[in-house]
Amino acid sequence: MKISLQNFVAALGAAALLLGLAPDASAQASALRGNIVVDGSSTVYPITEAAAAAFRKEFPKVNVTVAVSGTGGGFKRFVVGETDISDASRPIKPKEFKQAKQNGVEFIELPVALDGLSVVLNPNNTWVKQLTIDNLKAIYLEGGKARKWSDLNPEWPDATIKVYSPGTDSGTFDYFKEVVAGKTGSFRPDMSTSEDDNVLVTGVSGDKYAIGYFGASYYFENKDKIRAAAIVNPKTGKAEMPTPENVISGAYAPLSRPLFIYVNTKSLRRPAMRKFVEFYLANAAKFATKVQYVSTSDKIAALAKDFLKKRRTGTVFVTAENHEGGPVYHKREAPLDAAYHPQNLLGTK
Amino acid sequence: MKKLVKPALLSDPELMRARQRPLEHRHRKDRFFKRLCQGVSSISALVLVVLLVAILLQGIRTLNTQFLGGVADPDPTIAGLFPALMGSVWLLVITMVVALPLGVSAAIILEEFQPRRPVLRRVHDFIQLNITNLSGVPSVVFGILGLTVFVSMFGLFGNEQNPSYEVGATYVDQFYNEGDFIIEVPIADSQQEEVVPKEGLAAFTHDGEPILVHLLGDDEDWPEDLALAKRSLRSWDLPGRIKERDWWYFRLPFGRGILTGALTLMLVILPIIIISSQEALRAVPSSLRQASLGLGATPWQTVRYVTLPAAFPGILTGAIIAMSRAIGEAAPLLMIAGIVFITNAPGNLMDDFTAMPLQIYNWAGRPQKEFHDLAASGIIVLLSALLTFNAVAVILRQKLQKPLS
Repeated sequence: MKISLQNFVAALGAAALLLGLAPDASAQASALRGNIVVDGSSTVYPITEAAAAAFRKEFPKVNVTVAVSGTGGGFKRFVVGETDISDASRPIKPKEFKQAKQNGVEFIELPVALDGLSVVLNPNNTWVKQLTIDNLKAIYLEGGKARKWSDLNPEWPDATIKVYSPGTDSGTFDYFKEVVAGKTGSFRPDMSTSEDDNVLVTGVSGDKYAIGYFGASYYFENKDKIRAAAIVNPKTGKAEMPTPENVISGAYAPLSRPLFIYVNTKSLRRPAMRKFVEFYLANAAKFATKVQYVSTSDKIAALAKDFLKKRRTGTVFVTAENHEGGPVYHKREAPLDAAYHPQNLLGTK
Repeated sequence: MKKLVKPALLSDPELMRARQRPLEHRHRKDRFFKRLCQGVSSISALVLVVLLVAILLQGIRTLNTQFLGGVADPDPTIAGLFPALMGSVWLLVITMVVALPLGVSAAIILEEFQPRRPVLRRVHDFIQLNITNLSGVPSVVFGILGLTVFVSMFGLFGNEQNPSYEVGATYVDQFYNEGDFIIEVPIADSQQEEVVPKEGLAAFTHDGEPILVHLLGDDEDWPEDLALAKRSLRSWDLPGRIKERDWWYFRLPFGRGILTGALTLMLVILPIIIISSQEALRAVPSSLRQASLGLGATPWQTVRYVTLPAAFPGILTGAIIAMSRAIGEAAPLLMIAGIVFITNAPGNLMDDFTAMPLQIYNWAGRPQKEFHDLAASGIIVLLSALLTFNAVAVILRQKLQKPLS
């Protein structure tokens, strides 16, 4: 009996030692508290939602709320410091950058995934095999020639094309518009628009003559309801599908694009926020592929972690030009791989 | 001179002739009309039954404690309704607490204290007309109203992040040191300058143990000793400020919190409460009022001890009907709260929230079938709440109704 008591005391001591040393991290995890407010793109939403849901399981006292008001809508709140993180399916615009600067908001730009923006059709649409950017111009632009499918190809049905598009607050809209319409063109006003990509999926899946576009995640999630059109790469002349392989290799151009989160540097000082963003980046590839996006290249992922760790603030997609009346900001026209480098950073300080 | 009204039968030659038709003919017409009414009413009942059965079949499988207690999740097998359920409960309670006294008093003023002077009479009629009109206004319009009036308060009180008035918030500056330890320093108010790391600064660990901060030299190695590491900071460490909200947390402007949602719902149901309360007051026989006044009671005493108690069951019924309207409203809340991924139930009046109709809308809009099933389960919960309210309304009316004359 005596021995067992000794054993017991020893075991107790060992347990106490363990409790004192090892579980600090987990005790801290359950004690970590705070609120994190995220708003922005519906394209990035699935990744952030996955991150927030997984984060909650490890840090139950941290409340992460994720709203969806489109990239533009999200930036409107982000540049005045209302949100901690902004989901964005396009880089920040010079105008938004300027507002952030005026409000003293500093941020870190972090690419989290790649997306092959998918042009989708109803599965009963058997005639379209591939589309060119010119076809998309004819369909989507104001004054474009194609209002019926037969306008594109006389063999196609003589039926009006029902056009769906994300709304103007959406980064997907901005990106698609830039590719298809360029800087000057404008889209036809009679499209059916929604900021909610699920609404577009429902719309296109219910109409044989419909066409729409959105992030690849929503296409892969709904492969049974809609099909994607192959898009002809203007450089190679080959029609490509928005598959992960084509997005990584760059063959699915020009509709491949990076997805970002923008993180307010001041918010990042909060332990809960820091943990969340670190957690997000560490698992970005996992979350991205889970919701059917493509993870960024290893080089970009490493750079993003470096940007976060060293607090490299600013954006690589805006350049400043000094004028008498103050700097004038322009958009940097470069793909992510070429642009994303500390040298190109323009800060808001 | 008043025109003499003749009995319709005698004045109308059509009816005279119809009367002379054979009895059988008229009975046939009677039966036909009865069947028509039965048919029409059974169609509407059938639609309801089909709807209920379809929803039940679709949603009953996923309706379990996991669903009721779980939170939003991208994985439909573990997603739940809890934050939305609690959001709806909060909304409903606040809405009723605000709307009932306002609505009933408005009804009493309009019904029992009607002014006699012509000018005031006109004002009274104008208000009455407006309330009647408001009850027909689409609820989304109230959402826009709520957005400008409650969310930003016309921008008079700053914004949500920097409210010009708040109470019930405590601020803490949190450091995250090199050894991954959290060091917290309580702050007096939001305006206070950021805490600068100093030797001997009074602080707390993450679990509330009081410590004195140890300032490490810039070149000094990170201490091996855990107890020291727990309280060490570098001179360049910057804190992040978090706001802890107590349950009585309150601020101006209201922002997109649950109070704004409730007040907006109040706008939606106020006309309903006023009108139904007026109806209830009007239904009290005037003999009761006159008897009370005749005994020397003042108008206020009459209202307090005679009219209001007599009208109470009717007012209650109206209030509960209004409640079931409020619990099902999605449009105005969509304007206020939007669709958000939210995993916590509200803890104070200013917390962000989601409500059952919003969560159902969110799930129903997703393309995956599993989420549609969840939406159906949510609808079952919502419908059960609605039917419970209506049942309570019926029971209360029957229990409390007393013959009035």
